[in-house]
Amino acid sequence: MSATVLLNVDAADAHEDVRAWRDALLERLSAGHRLVTLYGAPHPEGVRVTAVVQDDAGELRASRAVVSAATGFHTLSHDIPGAHVFERELHEQHAVRIADHPWLKPVRFERGGGVSVDEYPFYAMRGKETHEVQVGPIHAGVIEPGAFRFLCHGELVHHLEIHLGYQHRGVERLLLQRDPRALAPLVEQIAGDSSVAHTWAYAAALEALTAHDASEHDLTRAVMLELERVAMHLAGLGGLATDVGFTQAASTYARLRTAAINGSMALCGSRFGRTAVQPGGSGVALDGATAAELLLRFEALDRDAREIDALFLGARSVRHRLCDTGRVDRYTAAELGLVGMAARASGVALDQRVYCEPWRGQVIATASTGDCMARAELRVRELHSSLDLVRRWLAPAPEWRRSRPQLGALAPSRLVIAVVEGWRGEVVHALETDAAGALTHYKVQDPSLRNWMGLAQAVRNNEISDFPICNKSFDLSYCGNDL
Amino acid sequence: MFKNLAARRSQGTQFIRDLRAARPTGFRGRPRLDATPCGDGCTACREVCPTEAITLAPLTLDLGRCTFCAACELACPAEKLHFSNDPRMGAADTQGLLVREGDEPKAIAASLHRLFGRSVRLRQVSAGGCNACELELNATVNVNFDLQRYGIDWVASPRHADGLVVTGPISANMARALQLAWDAMPAPKFVIAVGACAISGGLFREGAETERAFLGTVAPVVYVPGCPVHPLTFAHALLDAMGR
Repeated sequence: MSATVLLNVDAADAHEDVRAWRDALLERLSAGHRLVTLYGAPHPEGVRVTAVVQDDAGELRASRAVVSAATGFHTLSHDIPGAHVFERELHEQHAVRIADHPWLKPVRFERGGGVSVDEYPFYAMRGKETHEVQVGPIHAGVIEPGAFRFLCHGELVHHLEIHLGYQHRGVERLLLQRDPRALAPLVEQIAGDSSVAHTWAYAAALEALTAHDASEHDLTRAVMLELERVAMHLAGLGGLATDVGFTQAASTYARLRTAAINGSMALCGSRFGRTAVQPGGSGVALDGATAAELLLRFEALDRDAREIDALFLGARSVRHRLCDTGRVDRYTAAELGLVGMAARASGVALDQRVYCEPWRGQVIATASTGDCMARAELRVRELHSSLDLVRRWLAPAPEWRRSRPQLGALAPSRLVIAVVEGWRGEVVHALETDAAGALTHYKVQDPSLRNWMGLAQAVRNNEISDFPICNKSFDLSYCGNDL
Repeated sequence: MFKNLAARRSQGTQFIRDLRAARPTGFRGRPRLDATPCGDGCTACREVCPTEAITLAPLTLDLGRCTFCAACELACPAEKLHFSNDPRMGAADTQGLLVREGDEPKAIAASLHRLFGRSVRLRQVSAGGCNACELELNATVNVNFDLQRYGIDWVASPRHADGLVVTGPISANMARALQLAWDAMPAPKFVIAVGACAISGGLFREGAETERAFLGTVAPVVYVPGCPVHPLTFAHALLDAMGR
C-alpha cells in the first residue's frame, strides 16, 4: 500500500477565508508538520488552493480555501522556503497573485503563459572576474534537456539558476481527457525512470476512489518498486563513476543495471516496470521456477556490486572528487523541503516506506555530511537493502498471476492523496472528483520538483567543473518536473 | 591496481556475442497477429488501445504508435494478438511500421551505407522524452550491447554527428533547440526517430504542448519503435541501414 488519504471534499479542513487558511497552515507547519504539496485547481469563484501536510506518524491532512486570483495571498516562502516552488506553480498555472514572493519564475513555461522559455531574463552579475556560463538545454550526453545558467566568480559558482520547462508535454491536462481508469500508460511516462512509483500512486488513488481492496498486490508492487530503485541507483552510480573518470566502475555498474532491469522484464515484460502496476490489479506473473532463477540472479548481482562498491567508494581519486563537494547541510535540506534520497543524505530521516506495508517499521538509512559522497554512499546502501528485501520477498517462491479487473464508478465529491516513495523520493498524486463522480482535477508531483533547488544550493561556492558530479549525485528528472 | 585486476577477473565478461541472434527473455516486442477470423463486429482490441494504433479489417497494428501496454492482447477474445520477444521492429518508412496478420519482420534497406560507409556518429536529442528511451539508447554502448564494435557511437556535439536521433513527442519548448541542433550538423546528415513518442507523438499526439513540424520537414530515414525502445531493436535497425 501507499500512504493514502481519502477525504470527503467538504470534510477536508475547508476555510472560508484564505487568510484563516494561511494562518492555520503556518501554525501546523511551525508545530512540526511537513508540507507535502500545495496546489491550485479551477473553481467557479476563483482558484481552490489545497495544502497537504504530514505529521511524524505519517498521517496526511489536507486544508483548503478558495482564493480570488487577483487578490491571492501573502507568500509562505519567507517562513517556509520549501513552499517557493508550489507558489511559483500556482502563479504560473492559475495566475494567483502571491504577494511578496521573492522569485516568481515560471516552473515550466506552459504555452500561452506570456513568457517564452527562450526569452527569459536570467539573473545577471557584474564585476571584475565575473562571468556567466550557459549550459543546455541540450547536454553533451544522451539525457533529457534542461538549461543551467552559472554566475561565476573565477572558477567558483556564485549562483546557479536552473531553467526548466523544455520537457513540458501537458501531462496533467491529458490525464483529464481520458477514462480515469485507463491512465496507466500515460502515468508510466510522467517520469519514465520512475514508472512503478508513479503508477502505484495512481493505482492507490483510484483504488481508494472505487473502494477496491488491492492489498493482495502490495508485495508484487513492492518488489517492482525496489527493483526500480536498484536499477536507477546502479544507473546513477555508473553515471557518477563516468563523471569522475573511473571507467571500471562505470562499465560494471552499467552491466549490473542490466541484470536488475532484465529481472523486471522477466516479471512484467518491460525493463522499466511498464504494465507492472494496474489499477486494482497487477501485470506481474511469477512461478516457482522463475522465482528461483531470479533469486540466483539477484544474489550474484548483490555480490558483484559489493565488490565494485568497495573499489569505487574506496578509491582515493574518487574520494577526492566526491568528499566535501556539493554539500547541503541538514538545516538547508529541511528548510528547502528536500525529499527522498537527497534529503536522507543530508541527515533528514524522511522515507514514506516506513508508514506502509510491507516495509513498516524499517529503519531509515541516512547519511550526515550531505555532500556528493554522502549521496553516493547512501545509494550504495539503499540498493543493497532493496536487494535484500526483494530476495526476502521472493524466497518463499510466491505465485503471481496477471489481473486487470474492471474498476467501478469513482466515488463523488472526494479528494484522494496518494504518496509513494520512489527511488528519488516521494511521488504525490492528488485526484479530485465532482458531485457526479467525474475526475475534475489530477495533480502530479514528482520529487524532482522540490529537489532541483537543492542542487542549485549544493553547487554554490563549488568549482564549476564539479557541477556534473553534483548534478549526477542528485539525479533529478527533467520531465517529472516539467510534466 | 591488483584489486582492480582481481575485480576485472571475477566480474567476467557479459557482452552479447551475436546481437542479431539475441532474443531477450520475457521481452514484450514484435506483435504477431494470427489470421484467425475476428468475431462478428468485434472491436475489443481497438477500443482498449490508448494510442489508436489498431485498425480493423484487416487487423493492423501500427508499431509507430504502440506503447506495448498489451491491453489488446488481453482484450482479444480470439487470442489473435500476441507480443513476441522478437526485437526486430525498425522500418525505413511509416508504411513499414504496420504489422498485419501473418507478417514477418523485414530487413531495412542499406540506405546509409553509400554515404556513411561502415561507421556513423550520432547526436541524440530528447524533446519531451521521458528518460526511458534515453536510458535504453545509453545502454546500446554499455558492455552488454557494445554497439561501438560496429562503428556506431554517440557524440556530444552536433558538429561531429552524421545522424540526429530524436526521442520524445517534440515538446513545443524543445522545438527550437532541436531545429538548431539539426542546422548545426554538417551535410550529409540524417534523422532517426526512436520510440512511439518521436515516431507518432504517442500518447501526446493530441496534446497542445507538442510542436512536431520538424519531422514534417525532415523525414527520418529509420524509425525504431518501442516504449521504450530496446537496445536490440535499435541495433537491428541501425545495422540493417548500415548494411552490416
